[in-house]
Parts: sequence; structure tokens; C-alpha cells
Amino acid sequence: MTDAARAEAEAVLSAPPRTLWRDVWRQFRRHRGAMAGAVIFIAIGLLVTLGPQLHDIDPTAPNFRARNLGPTWAHPLGTDNIGRDSFAQLLHGGRVSLAVGLSAMTLSILLGTLIGILAGYFRRLDGPLMRLTDLFLALPLLPLLLVVIMLFRDPLRTAFGPETGIFLLIVFVIGITSWMQTARIVRGEVLALREREFVLAARSIGTRQHRILIRHILPNVVSPIMVAATLGIASAIITESALSFLGLGFPPDFPTWGRLIYDNKDFIQSAPERVLWPGLALALTVLSVNFMGDGLRDALDPRGRGR
Amino acid sequence: MFTYTIRRLIYAVPTLIAISFIIFSILELSPGDPMAQVPLTVPAEERAKIAEAMGLNEPFIVRYGLWLRQFFINEPLNLIEQWTGWTIGDGERLRVRSWITRAPVTDLIAERLPQTLWVVGLAYLFGVMIAVPIGVISAYRQYSWFDQLGTLFSMVGFSVPTFLTGTLFILIFSVWLGWFPDSYDTTLVVRDWPSFLAQVRQMIMPVTVLALFNAAQISRFMRASMLENLNQDYVRTARAKGLRERAVVLVHVLRNSMIPVVTVIALGVPQIFAGAIITEQIFRVNGLGALLIVGIEGADYPLVQTLTFIFAVLIVLFNLIADILYGILDPRIRYD
Repeated sequence: MTDAARAEAEAVLSAPPRTLWRDVWRQFRRHRGAMAGAVIFIAIGLLVTLGPQLHDIDPTAPNFRARNLGPTWAHPLGTDNIGRDSFAQLLHGGRVSLAVGLSAMTLSILLGTLIGILAGYFRRLDGPLMRLTDLFLALPLLPLLLVVIMLFRDPLRTAFGPETGIFLLIVFVIGITSWMQTARIVRGEVLALREREFVLAARSIGTRQHRILIRHILPNVVSPIMVAATLGIASAIITESALSFLGLGFPPDFPTWGRLIYDNKDFIQSAPERVLWPGLALALTVLSVNFMGDGLRDALDPRGRGR
Repeated sequence: MFTYTIRRLIYAVPTLIAISFIIFSILELSPGDPMAQVPLTVPAEERAKIAEAMGLNEPFIVRYGLWLRQFFINEPLNLIEQWTGWTIGDGERLRVRSWITRAPVTDLIAERLPQTLWVVGLAYLFGVMIAVPIGVISAYRQYSWFDQLGTLFSMVGFSVPTFLTGTLFILIFSVWLGWFPDSYDTTLVVRDWPSFLAQVRQMIMPVTVLALFNAAQISRFMRASMLENLNQDYVRTARAKGLRERAVVLVHVLRNSMIPVVTVIALGVPQIFAGAIITEQIFRVNGLGALLIVGIEGADYPLVQTLTFIFAVLIVLFNLIADILYGILDPRIRYD
């Protein structure tokens, strides 16, 4: 063995062990768009969670002495037509939009994973569950979302209070109408995994069904689920703001990004910045999440890794 | 191919029935009371009679059955009578009427449909026309500056929702530059050259917004599909036998890459009808989407039910078309 080869071999031996997630992280870091997306997303997240502590003006409190102000130190983005602070509204709106995005995504991923795993693993459930998925895919989602919100808005408002009620309703309807893609992807992966030797081995030593599912199947479908989850945040945020934009989301005094665009589009001639800021925030968030999802998909794809 | 088509057609029937059941039960199970419109001065026994006459005391399944009959038999017959002037049976059939306008729902829809079809149809056409060349060039020159730009375009295109691009367009092109009107005037009748120009001017913005959104999605599919085909053996064979590069790419590769893209295009049609709900709201086009929003805001159940069901029918129909197209274009797909 030559010296060069020995040095190389030693370098390989002394290098830290390569694990899946470290490889994924290395690949993810190399994706410039994904890194930029992650940085921007974290920045926006920090801003909307910590921002209201630093800029502690109530976003819903009108101040008729300070209407239609331009940017000042007290109001960095000015105030609206009844003197509410635009920056506080933006921060609060971001909080709600991100909270809706994350919770609706969680619900839809949980549902999608559950249905996907059950359909993929248990042959008897496959047919009915996939028919159900097809049925949901054939539903006209936006009109149905609008209809459901119209019908159930008032009872939920009386049951849980105006904000929590609408929040639960919106998260629930978005979650329940967006799990289908995840379910299909997970089912496809599980169908292939079920026939693998390690599952046969696990079964042959008498492992129980649910242990096989949790210990052997689930960890192997985590990567497509993560990609779906990331992209799911983006689409949930868009859906929520679209509903708010149509006037069927949160109540008027409860700012979200979509609601702010909807409320301020009537002043677009005199004060275009009131539409531009929430629009920019929304577009940046969704773009950064989509870039992260893109990078994650590339990083988790074993064909591209190790290049 | 024929049996395949028939089988897909038969498959569509239970889906449609299930969807209609879901739509019907969402509205039925909702806490809203159809008698809420009746004034409180009406005495209780009269109210009971009205409820009886409306069929509210019938069991759920019976009401669903009646609704189905109304929807699948009575209304189509009414439409046929209207179009052809024939009288089928005695011509005395119930009509689904809007609670707000009291007009038959089908008439309302027929009145609104042209606007939506024009805007949505043109937008989709332009979207496809933009998307295909972008996808082809992006794939042919993978990782070139054009491809990078195309990737960015499509990323921005489907990240930025249409209500935001629409509002921005209004701000830039009608508030600041004053090129186009900010809302769509449906009463405009195209009679002569100036009114035609006005029609074109007011259609440019809604069509562009929707077209860009569609182009962003379709160009991705086009690129992926082209990339997959460019590395196939038949491409090398075509080049090896001395075909010109143009013929290889535009005839051999493009034609094969279009197979999945055509189905994606067909599958996208119902989605853009849904997307048009938002676009119509921005530009105040009074099409089907605007009608739906009006119906929802006024709790006009018959109108909302019918429109939602029409959207569902569109989805099922275009799924069917996509499947059949796929079967025609790609003989490997047919299962018969």
C-alpha cells in the first residue's frame, strides 16, 4: 500500500462516522436557495414571535389622533385609517398565519401518514382507504372550504369565542382537505417497504404488527413525510390567506396577512404600502418555505447525495 | 381503448354520487335553519304547514333522493326544453330557485358562465403557450442561465398567490401607470373596434395573472418530462441516424414528453376554475366565482349547492378526460 493510499484510508477511518442525517444536512447546506430559505424563514419566525414583545402596541387598538400616519419612530410602518399601528398588525398577522400554517400542516401530515401507512400495510384497508383518498381529491376544495366556513362559523364562534373558534375551524378544514398527497406518497413507500427482508425478519421473530409499523416502517418513510410537511406549511398559509382575502377567514378586527391585504386593498390608491408589506411578508414566507422544501427533497434523495 | 373508456366512465358514477352526498349532507347537517327566513309573525301552525310543504319532515335519505332527482333529471330536462323549445312530458317541473333572487339557479349560472369561460379559458391557453417553450428550453439547456431564471420564475409563480399578484398588478398598471382599468365591466358589449379594444384592455390583467400562475406550474412538469426523455436511448438512436437536432428535440422528444404534460393540463382545468374564484374577486369579474361568493355571503343554499356540485362535476369530468387522453396517447397505459 502506498503512503498516499494509507493516508487516505486513515483519513477515512478517523473522520466522524457518516450518518443519514449528517449527510442530509451537508447536502442541504450546499443548496443555496434552501439555506437562504431557511435563514429567512427562521428570521420571520423570530420576528413574529419575539417582535410583539419589543414593539408592544396593541394591533387592534384604534387611535383616532394618529390616523393615516407615515412611518415614524413610534409607528415604523405608519398607521391605518383608524389609527391602528401597521407594524404591530403585520407582526400579529404573521403570528396567526404561521400558527395556522404549522397546525394545519401537522393535522394534515398526521392524517396523511396514518391513512398512508394503514393503506400500504394492510391489504384489506388499501382499497377503501384509497377510494376515500380519490374521493377527497375529486372534491372541489376551495368552494367546499368556503361553504363549510360559512355554515359553521357562527356556532363555533359562540362555542369557543370569536378567535379560537375561527382558528380551530380554519385549521381543521385546511388540515382535513390537504392530507391526500401525503397519504398517496406514504402508501407508495410502505407498499415497497412491506416486502423488504427486514420486515420479514421482524415478523418471523414474532414482532407485533404495531411494533413493526412504528419501529421498522415509520422511520423509513420519514423523509418523504418531511418534504410533504415543509411544502404543506406553504400551501396552508396560502389557503388561509386566500380565505381571509375572500372575507371568509378571521374576523375583521383580527389581523392576518390575508386579512390585512383584503382590508387595505380599498386604500391602495392612497396608501399602497399597507398592501405591499403584508404581501411581501406573505410572499417571502411562502417562497422561503418552498425553497426549503426543494432543498430538503434534493438532500433526502439518495441519488443526488454524496456528489 | 373502448372498454377502458367505458370502465372509466362507470367509475365516475359512484364518485359523483358520493360527492353529491357529501355536499348535500354538509348543508343538511349544518346548524342553519331553512325556516329562518320566514317572519316570526307567522303563527306556529302555519310554520308547521310551510315546513311540511317544503318537505322538511321527510327523512334525510328521502330528501337526498328528491334532490338527486331534481338535479340529475329535472334540471337537465328543463335545460333541454329551454335550448330546443320542445316540451318533454307536461313541461311542469320544479326548478331549483335561488333564495335571494328567486330566479332559477341554472339561468343565473348560464348568465355568468361566459365571463368565467373567457377569462379562465384564455388564461389557461396563454399559460400553456408560455409554459411549454419555457419548459422545453429549460430542459434542453439544463443549468444554463435561462434554466435558472425559469426555475426562479416558476418558484415565484406558485409561491405568490394570485390575490397578491392581482393586487400588485392593479397597483402598478392601473393606479400608477393607468394603462388598464382596475375592474372588469361586464356590461360592455363588443360592437365595434373601440369597444373591442376596451374589452381586450380590461381582460389583459385578469388573464395575465391567471396565465402566469398556470405557466409556473406547467413549465415545471414540462421541464421534468423533457429531462426524463432527453436521456432515453431512442434519442441517441435518432441522433445517430443523422437527424437534425431540431427534429430530434421538437419532434421526437417533445412529442413523447407531452404525454404526461397533456394529462397535467387536463387535470389543471378544474383547479383554475377554483382559482378563478379569487381572480374574479380581485378584478370584479362577475363570473361563476363571484356568484358563489355572493351566494355564500347571502346563505343562498340552492345556489351554493348547485355551484359546488358543478365544480365537482368539472373535476370528475377532467379527471376522466385526463385518463382517457393518457390511454390514447400512451398505449402502455391501457389495461385492456
